[in-house]
Amino acid sequence: MEILNALALLSNYLVIPALAYGSQLALGALGVTLIYGILRFSNFAHGEMMAFGTMAVILVTWFLQAQGISLGFLPTELLALPIGILAAVLLALGTDRIVYRFHRGKKSQPVIFLIASLAVMFFYSGLTRFIIGTADQSMGDGARFIFTAREFKEWSGLDEGIALRTTQGITVAVTLICVAALFWFLNRTRAGKSMRAYSDNEDLALLSGVNPERVVLIAWILAAALATIAGTMYGLDKTFKPFIYLQLLLPIFAAAIVGGLGSPIGAVAGGFVIAFSEITVTFAYKRVLTYIMPGDNVPDGLVQLLSTEYKFAVSFVILVVVLLVRPTGIFKGQSV
Amino acid sequence: MSFLLGKDMTGGYGAADILHACTIGVERGEIAVVVGPNGAGKSTAMKAVFGMLDLRAGQVTMDGEDITSLSPQARVQKGMGFVPQTNNVFRSMSVEENLEMGAFIRTDDPSDTMAQVFDLFPILKQKRNQPAGELSGGQRQQVAVGRALMTQPKVLMLDEPTAGVSPIVMDELFDRIIEIARSGIAILMVEQNAKQALNIADKGYVLAQGANLYTDTGEALLNDPDVRKAFLGG
Repeated sequence: MEILNALALLSNYLVIPALAYGSQLALGALGVTLIYGILRFSNFAHGEMMAFGTMAVILVTWFLQAQGISLGFLPTELLALPIGILAAVLLALGTDRIVYRFHRGKKSQPVIFLIASLAVMFFYSGLTRFIIGTADQSMGDGARFIFTAREFKEWSGLDEGIALRTTQGITVAVTLICVAALFWFLNRTRAGKSMRAYSDNEDLALLSGVNPERVVLIAWILAAALATIAGTMYGLDKTFKPFIYLQLLLPIFAAAIVGGLGSPIGAVAGGFVIAFSEITVTFAYKRVLTYIMPGDNVPDGLVQLLSTEYKFAVSFVILVVVLLVRPTGIFKGQSV
Repeated sequence: MSFLLGKDMTGGYGAADILHACTIGVERGEIAVVVGPNGAGKSTAMKAVFGMLDLRAGQVTMDGEDITSLSPQARVQKGMGFVPQTNNVFRSMSVEENLEMGAFIRTDDPSDTMAQVFDLFPILKQKRNQPAGELSGGQRQQVAVGRALMTQPKVLMLDEPTAGVSPIVMDELFDRIIEIARSGIAILMVEQNAKQALNIADKGYVLAQGANLYTDTGEALLNDPDVRKAFLGG
């Protein structure tokens, strides 16, 4: 019983939040890794692309709510998501047309692309703040919980409850759908295979008749869609803060690199590795220990390895270690 | 005039010319081999025929049509298949996907051609679901040749197909190449293993410093005392 209580506690405060956060990182890292695989540069504007897409979703949601449209117990944001994706895709394609296509034509070095993406990042962040302001926006209507801690306690008879928030459930479900759809696309369709071929061996893909501009177009569409979905899921789970997506860039890049840059399966795995590391290292284990350790031995402190303010340091350390020890990542992507 | 002919080709990658009025060509159903010492411009001549090099002079014709100004991709559409020396497979993709990518420009169903490639290289059928990067060097070359055959080319150009494979695998690969030539495809290849390659060649070109030194049938070159002494080790 004590063990079960300890497990319930861990599930509620560690496993479920890490699954949701890992899903958001995985979606973000997929976009980064796709752009790296096809355009061969680290797109630092990806975080702000998430912010822009999420902002578009919020604006459409406000419009829908004003019309009295809602999705019942699901958040209205899900209904607004396709239009938000469309806005982000248009922005990404416009940027590619104005900025990146010029550099492709000049066959610029990857580092030039990277610097250009920094400029794009500042532009996006200004654009987002210009439109929606710098204030936080709370997101998500509909039912707050799929089941609450109290309902779980009554059902299980345990002292510790597990709550599953609607947004957490939606995040995991949406991620599963997106990842399955993306892998189906990459492995089963002609366009998807041509993208993998182009990412694997550009010269040979060109010889095989793959049109590079088309591959780049699809890559931006996928990256913008994934960014919007990831940003919206993060905003639903927490709140929308315009600056938070810049901070998310570090764990997202850490996830993509840990998994192996250019490897979609690696991005997903990396997202969960980073999320679970951040949360397990910054989690206070005191209450878990009170359940599984005999009375007097429980330590006085919180039994927390690092305070939560340092959670980005965790992804940074993992990033550095991976780059030193195994630069190609878990799934053998390209080395940076 | 040959079916595929690069005539008096002059050019290089930068300001300096590598090729000096170099001529290579091949007939349908025949094997032409380009040999010569390191740095003789063998691979460069091949790339020039395939359009990966800007020519300052000379022209490339196929079936009587001038294709000098066409891009490599356009030449693939015209019926040229090219197997580069290195990085010639999609390493992360399965053998079958490699062959599918070879047929990317085809609008009809390529499954018959894939069956033919599997008949030619039975080992590839066994390993069809394995990533090409995990295969041995010889098997990888088979994937590369198979990929080029998927467009049903009229000419197949091979840049050192036996580089880095064992002598047994080399003989096996040459046997397959003869088989491909017998099906009516013209084969133009660059080879380091000059003796063995000239053995199967209908026509041989010995290049030195970007120019033709000797041009004859494979057999005649093998028996030519000068060629033997200079390039075939006596």
